[in-house]
This record gives sequence, C-alpha cells and structure tokens, in this order.
Amino acid sequence: MQMSGAQMVCEALIAEDVKTVFGYPGGAIMNVYDEIYKQNAFEHILNRHEQAAVHAADGYARSTGKVGVAMVTSGPGFTNAVTGLATAYMDSIPMVVISGQVPLSLIGTDGFQEIDAVGISRPCTKHNYLVKSLADLPGILKEAFYIARSGRPGPVLVDIPKDITAEMGEFVYPKEISIPTYKPNYKGNDRQIKKAAEAIKRAKKPLLYIGGGAVLSNASDLVRELAEKTQIPAVETLMARGVMGAKNPLLLGMLGMHGNYASNMAMSETDLVISLGARFDDRVTGKLSEFAKYADVIHVDIDPANIGKLVDVDYPIVGDIGTVVEKLLPALDGVNTDNYRAWREILNRYDELHPQSYQDSDEVLKPQWVIERVGELLGEDAIITSDVGQHQMWAAQHYPFDRPRQWINSGGLGTMGFGFPAALGAKRGNPDKTVINITGDGSILMNVQELVTASEYKIPVINIILNNHFLGMVRQWQTFFYDKRYSETDLSFQPSFKALAEACGGIGYDVTTKEEFDAALKDAIEQNKVCFMNVAINRLENVLPMVPSGGALYNMLLEHKDQ
Amino acid sequence: MQKVRRVISVIVMNESSVLARVTSLFAGRGYNIDSLTVAPIPDSELSHITIVTKGSPKVIEQIIKQLHKLIPTLKVIEHEEMVEKEMVLIKFPIGENLSNIQALCSAYNGGIVNVGVDMVIAMASDEPNRIRHFIEAAHRYNPCEVVRGGVVAIER
Repeated sequence: MQMSGAQMVCEALIAEDVKTVFGYPGGAIMNVYDEIYKQNAFEHILNRHEQAAVHAADGYARSTGKVGVAMVTSGPGFTNAVTGLATAYMDSIPMVVISGQVPLSLIGTDGFQEIDAVGISRPCTKHNYLVKSLADLPGILKEAFYIARSGRPGPVLVDIPKDITAEMGEFVYPKEISIPTYKPNYKGNDRQIKKAAEAIKRAKKPLLYIGGGAVLSNASDLVRELAEKTQIPAVETLMARGVMGAKNPLLLGMLGMHGNYASNMAMSETDLVISLGARFDDRVTGKLSEFAKYADVIHVDIDPANIGKLVDVDYPIVGDIGTVVEKLLPALDGVNTDNYRAWREILNRYDELHPQSYQDSDEVLKPQWVIERVGELLGEDAIITSDVGQHQMWAAQHYPFDRPRQWINSGGLGTMGFGFPAALGAKRGNPDKTVINITGDGSILMNVQELVTASEYKIPVINIILNNHFLGMVRQWQTFFYDKRYSETDLSFQPSFKALAEACGGIGYDVTTKEEFDAALKDAIEQNKVCFMNVAINRLENVLPMVPSGGALYNMLLEHKDQ
Repeated sequence: MQKVRRVISVIVMNESSVLARVTSLFAGRGYNIDSLTVAPIPDSELSHITIVTKGSPKVIEQIIKQLHKLIPTLKVIEHEEMVEKEMVLIKFPIGENLSNIQALCSAYNGGIVNVGVDMVIAMASDEPNRIRHFIEAAHRYNPCEVVRGGVVAIER
C-alpha cells in the first residue's frame, strides 16, 4: 500500500499494538504529528517537556512490561530526551523513542535544530538508527521494537529525517524478523545449570541475590518457588523490590549501601551467592575485595558482559532468569532444606539484633512513618514511583512491596525528576491502580511542569513530597563526611507546593501531623485528581543503615549522633 | 594487573556508523586502541575490523564481550595464534643511498615503490615488531615521513 513515511510510523505503532504515545511535537517531526491527528488507534499524551515524555514512556514500560513509546522533535527536543534514554538504558527498560531529524539534504550543514542524535545517544541506547531511505523505514521500526524488548531489554532510538516522513512509498510491515548478528541466548547451558544445582546442594550458607533482571524476565513466581523449595534466604537489590514479597519469611530485605543489617551480613558471610539478574553494582557491593569474600558465585544473567565484569564467577550461566530457574528447580529435587537451617537461624538473629527500624516521634513527622503508613493503607494495591535521594531509599526500605512492577525508580542512573512523569506513565498503563510518587522537595521541581499534563489528561497521581527543606541525601553526606558544610543543599526557599498544584488544576495539601496525613491521603484518593501532598518531615533525618562509599558491606553505620 | 597485548578481529555488518559504534565503545570505557584497520569482506555484506589493544585479562574479556554485544557484530575472534602482518610506507630524500634502502626493504618483504624528483617512497610488510625494527633501521636514511598501516590478522 502506498503511503507517506509519517503514515508508516503510525501504522507500525498500530501493528506493534501501541496504545499510548508520550511526546512533544516540533518542526522536524510535524509530518508524523499530522498523521497522529488523523488516527484513533492510539492516544498521544502531550507532556510538557521531552524529558518527561521519555520518563512517562519508561514508567509505562516498567509498570506494564510492554515497550514504552515516546516521540520528540530534532535538536533540543532530542537532547531533552537524552536523560530519559540514559535512565532507561541503565535500568534495561524496553522503549522505542522516535525523533525527528532535519531533512537528509541538510544533515551535516548545522541546519536549524540539527544535532547528531545517533552520535549523542550511542552510549545510552541499546541500539539506534538514522533512517536514510524510506524503503528502510518499516524494517527499522520492526527491528527497533524487537531489539527493545528482546534479550536484555533497552531503549532504541529511531531518528527520521523530515523528508523521509513526507516521501510516499510502499508499506509492507515485516511479520517475522531475524537479525543474523543479534541472537540473545535465553536457554542457559544445561551442564552449567546442573553444576550450579550441585553447588547449591553442597553449600552450607547459600544466598539468593535477586536483581532487576528477575522483574524484567517476569520470573518472580519462579524465583519465589526456588526459595521456597530450597529454603534458601534471599536479598533483593533496589531494582528487585517486590520480587520475593514483603511477607515472605525467606526475604531478609534489601542489600547494599542502604541495605539492612541482616542482608549485608548475609552477603558478607555466605558461602554461595546465587545471583539472579543482578549486576554487582557498586552501590550493592561496597568494597569489592570484601564483598562475598567467602563465597563461590553462581551468576545467571542474559547479558554475558555482566558476568565476570566485577566479581569472579564460578558458575556462569547466560540466559533468561525465568527459563534458567525453571530448569534449576527439577535439578534441585531432593535438596535437603535442613542443610541451611543453622544459616537461616544466624541470619534471623542478625535481624533481631538490628532490625530495619527508626525512632518515631510525636513532635515531628518521620519520613519512615509516612511510607509505612502508605503501605498499611494501600499495600499491594498501589504502584509506588520515586525520585532520587533520601525519600527513594526510605521508600525502598520501608514500603511493603508485595509484587514485581509495583516499585518504579531510577536505580542505575539515579535521575532526579524521574518519579512524577514515570507515575503518569504507570497510571496510564494501570488505570485501576492508585499511583503514588514518593518524592522530595528537591526532585519534584525537576519535572514540576507535569502538573499541567496530569491535570489536562486527568491522570490522578498522588505526589507525596517528603519535605525537609534540604537536598537531603547530599546534605546527609555533608553531615557525615564534609564536616557539616552544607554547600548549596539548603532548600529553605521554596514555592508553596499547595498553591503550585492548585495553579495547575490539581489539589494541594500541607501536612504536618499524622492525622493530617491520613486525612489528606484519604481525600486525595477520593478526589481522584493530581495532587501535591507537602509533608513537613524531620529536617535532619538520615537514611540508615549506611555503608560509607567504598567501605566493606559489613561496616555499616547503624546510627548517627545527629539522629 | 599485568597488561597484555591482544589482537581482536571483529566481523560486523558493513553499515554506516558501525565503526563509530566500535570506537566510541573503546573511548567511552577508557580502553586503548593501539591500531585499527577496517575493510569490507569480499562478496558479503560484512566488514572485518582488526583491533590491537592492551589491557589486563579482565579488561580484555570485557572488551570482547562489549564488542559482541553491539547489535551489528556477527563475530569476535580473539586468538593467541594469529598470523599478523602490517605494512609501512616511508618517504626518503632522493639523495640517500638508494641501493642500501632497496636492500633494507627487501629484507622486510618490500622495495622502492615510487620515485619522484626529490624523493623516493619505500614499502615494507612484515610482522608488527619487525616493522618496528625496519622503521628504526630506516632512520639512518633520514626519512621525511612514515605511515604505518595498522595490523591485519588472520587465525592460524
């Protein structure tokens, strides 16, 4: 069928079953927007900044498991999208971003709004394309979706010059696809899996180390089954919260820089690390030479480059977490769960010794209380997104995440301003769920314009701003390691968050007590509108425990005199 | 950790920006490139890239894995048993002893390939460390320009 390149883009999105596109128009992408105007198969959400559009597509992808789609124009439209691409890249999120480009004849001439998009995005996309001929466009779009969602997922950029979206041509969307140079290995090596099973049976102190890969692979049920069958305790990374379920007695908690005592001690004393989709990030390992010092390592990962990158691996298994665990389960028939009983008891004692806790107060709201309260009231019904900083760590530590894809945050890149637009995407993908963005007074201002988007499209996201009038995490480091020189972290000068929300068609609440918080949350859910809940919390509250940067995981600061 | 020298062959799709993907991977991750050659593989849609690099065994392993991870990469070959060759072109003033230069070049599989009004161009092709010796030896004839071709290699 003859059609324009712009129509081909829309047809491809329809063929890929895309329901929602987040984006922002501009000169070089106008032909595509003209076709979007003429169709009804998918909706387009006009975010108020390209970065937010990409984060929204990201939040949509993380919460639904589908490929998120964002659309931006050339030049500044694209450069604004780069942070969104990098955020998704670091957390392996499947996404296709379509950017306009100046016409082919202008490329390389420093044309108006021209920038080398494929050059800039090369290190922060899984793959990218500059479309140089209309004939290539359908195949490239098909490949983009396939590459984004297969293997280790990631964002793919398709940069399309304006003359190509205007040109007419024959549209045939490929049904099947095969890229001879790209064949992800899902299966895992059977012999290695068998050897790993033997190692598990021999171990005295094995530990499941679960990462975001378990979420991406939709392997949560299988991972839980593995833990239950073997009675091996588990720790989760920041990206894996919800995989084991908060109520699971085998879950010790989150490990790493702000992990709980039992989790970090378990990693320090284990004799066999069973890593499922984790990548030994520096915020998890602390000092590498001291990390899991006494352990052999089983590392299951779909990306071979992750295996042996930081930690020497004894049982490397390249494959999809779900597929590998499914094969591992029968290989573990007859495992004696009593073997690990003493180990479990040691770890339980560690947890009793230093549980994840905090000192509540009658005078001032504690952020941990706020998060636990949201957990009590909403539990597994809510999707929780977050920005980056203290509030993110408190949420990861204290919210009772019960299922995968319930917790959405920028773990790898640590992007402030991610939470609110990601929440919009998550809500659009899950209209029946309450979506709450836990944020700080620093982060929320980094994509605050999305109040307008949320109001226009009636996306009732609840933003809980844990307001300590500080750039809290940096302030905490200044307290601990910079002799309290609070360089540029005092955020005493603030807008009225309540008025700001109201000015954009939302609701604002100022909250200073527990009673006010309960009332505000109840009202916010009933009102079903975007809202800012400005919650005044203890100014100098710290995130604890903490492993100082570069320190060994077992050397945790459990309390601080300023606390 | 001890740095080792490695010759890595990368077979890639012969498409635009594929070389940029390879080199920006080295640049972005701080890996060294000692030499790099690229040419299309005859009668195919593929190109052969030969990279000489140095790094600890762990770094070399990462380089190979990261190269393999690039979508247009078909194959990464890293072998200790490679036949390596390199060529070099050297420009000498015409006043130098041409028969000596000719003799030197023939010891390194080369010869004088061009003679102009005021200079001659000589060529040699040999193993990379022999090429280094050749360039050292050529110094006594006051070379005005030396162009090395980079290593090409093939599995034994």
